[in-house]
Parts: sequence; structure tokens; C-alpha cells
Amino acid sequence: MSQFAINLMFVGGSFLLYIGIAIWAKAGSTKDFYVAGGGVHPVTNGMAIGADWMSAASFISMAGLIAAGGYANSTFLMGWTGGYVLLAMLLAPYLRKFGKFTVPEFIGDRYYSSNARLVAVICLIVASVTYVIGQMAGAGVAFSRFLEVDSTMGLIIAAVVVFMYAVLGGMKGITYTQVAQYCVLIVAYTIPAVFISLQLTGNPIPGLGMFSTHTESGIPLLAKLNQVITDLGFNEYTADVDNKLNMVLFTLSLMIGTAGLPHVIIRFFTVPKVADARWSGGWALVFIALLYLTAPAVASMARLNLMTTIYPDGTSAEPIQYDDRPNWVKEWEVTGLIKFEDKNADGRIQLYNDTPAFETEAQARGWNGNELTVNRDILVLANPEIANLPGWVIGLIAAGGLAAALSTAAGLLLAISSAVSHDLIKGRFNPSISDKGELLAARISMGVAIVVATYLGANPPGFAAQVVALAFGIAAASLFPALMMGIFSKRVNNVGATAGMLSGLIFTLVYIFMYKGWLFIPGTNNLADTPDNWILGISPLSIGAVGAVVNFAIAFGVSAMTKEPPKEIQDLVESVRYPRGAGTAVDH
Amino acid sequence: MSGHSYDSEQYWKANLRLIIGSLVVWALVSYGFAILLRPMLAGIHVGGTDLGFWFAQQGSILAFIVLIFHYAWRMNKIDEKFGVHEE
Repeated sequence: MSQFAINLMFVGGSFLLYIGIAIWAKAGSTKDFYVAGGGVHPVTNGMAIGADWMSAASFISMAGLIAAGGYANSTFLMGWTGGYVLLAMLLAPYLRKFGKFTVPEFIGDRYYSSNARLVAVICLIVASVTYVIGQMAGAGVAFSRFLEVDSTMGLIIAAVVVFMYAVLGGMKGITYTQVAQYCVLIVAYTIPAVFISLQLTGNPIPGLGMFSTHTESGIPLLAKLNQVITDLGFNEYTADVDNKLNMVLFTLSLMIGTAGLPHVIIRFFTVPKVADARWSGGWALVFIALLYLTAPAVASMARLNLMTTIYPDGTSAEPIQYDDRPNWVKEWEVTGLIKFEDKNADGRIQLYNDTPAFETEAQARGWNGNELTVNRDILVLANPEIANLPGWVIGLIAAGGLAAALSTAAGLLLAISSAVSHDLIKGRFNPSISDKGELLAARISMGVAIVVATYLGANPPGFAAQVVALAFGIAAASLFPALMMGIFSKRVNNVGATAGMLSGLIFTLVYIFMYKGWLFIPGTNNLADTPDNWILGISPLSIGAVGAVVNFAIAFGVSAMTKEPPKEIQDLVESVRYPRGAGTAVDH
Repeated sequence: MSGHSYDSEQYWKANLRLIIGSLVVWALVSYGFAILLRPMLAGIHVGGTDLGFWFAQQGSILAFIVLIFHYAWRMNKIDEKFGVHEE
């Protein structure tokens, strides 16, 4: 069977499964559509959160980022998991007790202000739309590589599948497809990693393998990797970073941002009890950790594999001939994600770090510049091929990458469409709408959101590449503090919260725009986005944490100077703190 | 459960104590061991590198899992003790 047929079988099979679930889990009410009926088991929900959370970025890009940055990019590992500690202790149980359908609804009720609710809706939509574009584009790329269709065509196929289960089933359909998608993606991610770990270290658990002895050389794998890459002019993989302040703030921004992202928070509304919301957080992190503990191993092992492929006889010997390059290099060259240019015309592939510090050595060896550029996003996708694994593993990776992209896209689309139908249409324009009418509005909003996301996925605007800055920055600086203060303080009032959210948001956006261009329009930035221009060495990607501090400070300051919230709001805060009497999520 | 009974205040304080304790550990394993204290722990070797690197790429995540389950377990007990749990 050809590789194409195998890929088609795996991807087609997984899609049939999702559509089957869609037909089985049709939503009959707004409660089904927004919170899956409210009866999801915490372990099931944990698995769904895992798929909801782990996006194309986690599945495809993260290992590549770590492989390229080594220790310095551990920030993603800690940031994207540590947020669950905050979520499970500071937000999820209380928002579950509150028992409504959307995140802006809590903000609107707690701060007795339709303006606060509107600010929350806008933050939610900007963060989620930015995020969803990346998922759709990622699905398109996966299609074009594995199923040899045009990436726009691939995107449309993906959109049709999401449309079927998200519009029909809402949160109910999404929950059960996410469980299936989690299983597909985790199997796809771990199987190649286990094989590679066995090949390199003899240890079947990748997270342990990366700290074990490299079988071939007899020294620890990470020591071997450090040795190989420093020989070629790269920094040590395990090297410490100088700018610790920025590393701390970046990790903190990712953590707070994770906890403040609405598409994750609403998943906690689907469990029956407050206690289940707490358990859900733990299970979610267990399922997420299966991938996140494996990713750094994949990163280090794939980087070592790549180097030994190019330098089969060691770094001091000559690299391989271009004509002898392995098949996977040829296949990825077609996509343009691997590029080779024979700068010194010797027919060999010189891969090294082209820096002034390494120039003397490069010249001595007759090298005329680095000749191979490898896009770091291909690392996970090409992993099975690099390690010579059988064709079915490649088919599995294709299905897994698509599962990761589609499950996150569906979660985001639900967050967007529920904000439109519940917070805008029902909350603002037509409060007397019937349940049936609202369900229809929710389905139409979902349909429109999918069409818009597909269009933007095919024609990504400039801001789409700024998911980390924009989505996490906004969630960290505006939504997380507002939610947390709403639970932990009775004193923060409508004026304070609205002022806090707006100032956190504006502060963060201005700092990002200063370096990345106003509205991300190239050339409109005030300062070049380089470390020596950053104020106190704080990168625009790390500013969300500072924005959150601004939000807290302004909200408390303004609240202290204005009237305390009315008695019924203080009672509301009391009531979200005690689990008794939660009931399932309700409408009014 | 509105009103300001003695019990509900104690319940909330117990929750806050547990949260603060958990967050101290949360910060210690990530911002502490994995980032700021890494140079101090450089002497402790773990598989070809040092303890700080291990915490950054494995240990902190494992600790986060333990923290959440510990919180959920303790909190559900505290709910029962104060009689605010759901039936």
C-alpha cells in the first residue's frame, strides 16, 4: 500500500469517527449546546480539556521550538502547564458554582455592568479569533503535506468536518469528539517518541530516555547533544539564560494567559459538581502532561538525529553527499520547508551555525556558509521518517496533527459563538429570545464563525502569527485578573473592574505594538524588536504578566475611591465561594 | 450559603491557606528551581545535565499534577468538614 493510501486511511477513518459522534451527540437545548448538558464525568472532561488545549502549536510546533532553543524554551513547557494550577485553584471551581454559560456572563453579573461584559466579549473574540486562525492554517498544512491536496482545499475539508459536529452538537458534540481526538493525538505523538527513545537510549519512556545514556556513544544523551552542536558552532542545548527576569515574566504570562483563556474555562462548566471541577483540572493536566513530558524528549532526540543524519561519521568528518540524502529530506524539500543551497559547490550538505565566532573554523574546513535550512515546524511531522519508522506511523502522525488542530479549533469556535449568541444577542439585543430561538442563533453564529475562520485561515492576516503575544497577552492582562478579583474580592466594583480591564489591555497592546507594529502593520513599530531595545529587557511576549499587575492595581485603586458593590453582589461573591447548591449550569 | 456565619469565614480561610501553600510550591518548582535558583543547583547532576534543567523540562510539570490533585482532595475534605459540600 502506498504511503498516500495509508495516510488517507488514517485521516479518513478518524474523520468518519468524528462525524459518527456528531450524529450521536446532537444538541437538543441551549444547555446541551453551551455546556454539553452539564453531566460530563471529570475524567472525560479532563481528556476533552487536553484536546481542547493542545493545539497545532503544541502538537506540531512546540517540540521544534524546544529543539531550537534548548533550555531557554522550557518556558513553553512550564507556562502552558502551570496555568492549570491557577485555573484549578483560583477560577474553575467558583465559576462552575456560579453556574452560567459563558465567561463574559460572569463578568457582567459580578460587576453589574453590561459595559464590563462587552469589554470581556471583545477580549474573548480577539483572543479566540487570533488563536483559531492558526489552527485552521495548521490543518491546511497537514492536509497538503500528507494528502497531497492544495492547502486551501484541505482547509475547506477540515472546516466541513468541524461544521458537522460543532453546529449539530455544540459543546455536547465537541466534548465527545475531543475525547476521541485526544486519544488519536496522544497515540500519534507518543508512539514515534517511544520508538526513537528505544533506538537512541534503550529506554522506552521518552521523558526518562532523554536523561539516559546514549547507547551508541556511551555518554548521556544530553551531553552527546551538547557536544555535537557546539562542535558545529551552536550554543549548548542545556545552556542557562542571562535574562532571567524576562524568562520569569514570559513563563508567568503564559501561565496567567492559559488560566484566562475562555475556551478552556468553559470546559469546566460541563461537569456536574464543584468537586468535579477541581478533579477535572488534575485529570486535564495528567492528559496534557503525557504530551508535554514527551515533547522535550522528542526535541532533544530529533535534534541529535538530524545532526547524525547529516554527519554520519561524526562532526569532525565530512557531512553527507547531497545525492545520498535520505528520502524524508527529498519529500520535505518539495514542500519548501527544507531548503538546500550548495554554497561551496562540493556536493555535500554543510549544516552549522553561521556566526562570526565560528567563521575561522568554517573557513579552515572550506565551508562557505550554512547550506541547509530546516523549518522547525516539520520536526514532529518528519520524526517518524527521520527515525525510519514504518508507514503506518506516518499515517498516524497525519491524523494526530489534524486531531490537535481541529479539537482546539472547535473549542475556540464554541467560545466565540456562545459569546455572540448568549452575551450579545440574548444579553444585549434580544433578552426575551426563546430557548429554541437562542439555540438557532447559536448554531448560526457557529456557522458564521467557521466560515470566517476558514477564510482567515486561507488568507492569514498579519496578526495571526502573534498568537502568543495577542491571545495570551489579552487573556493574562484583561480576563484573568477580572475573573480572579470577582471571586477573591468583594470590594472591587463595576468602575474598578472595567477600568482595570481596559488599562491592562491597553498597556499590554501598546507595549506589543511599539515593537511589533501598530495593529501588526509591518514598518509601523516605534522600536526594533530586539533585546537591547526592550524596557528592562522585557520582551513584548512577556508583557502580559506586567499588564495583569497594572489591571489589579488600577482595579483596586479605582474601587477604593468609589462606592462598594451593592449587598446582592457581595452575596453573589459569597455564594460562589461555597460549593453547596451548585446545581447544573443554568440560564438565569 | 450567604451571610457571615463563623463557619463560612473559617471555611474560606482554610481554602486561602491551602491555596497560598500550594502556590508557594508552584512558584518554587518553576520560577525557583527551574529558573532563578538553577545556578545554585548546578552542582546536582541529572543525566548529563543539572537538576534545574530537569525541573524546567520534567519536574515542574510533575509537581503541578501533584499540586492540583492534592488541592482537590484536601478541598473536598474541607467542604465536608464545614458541611458546604454538594450531596
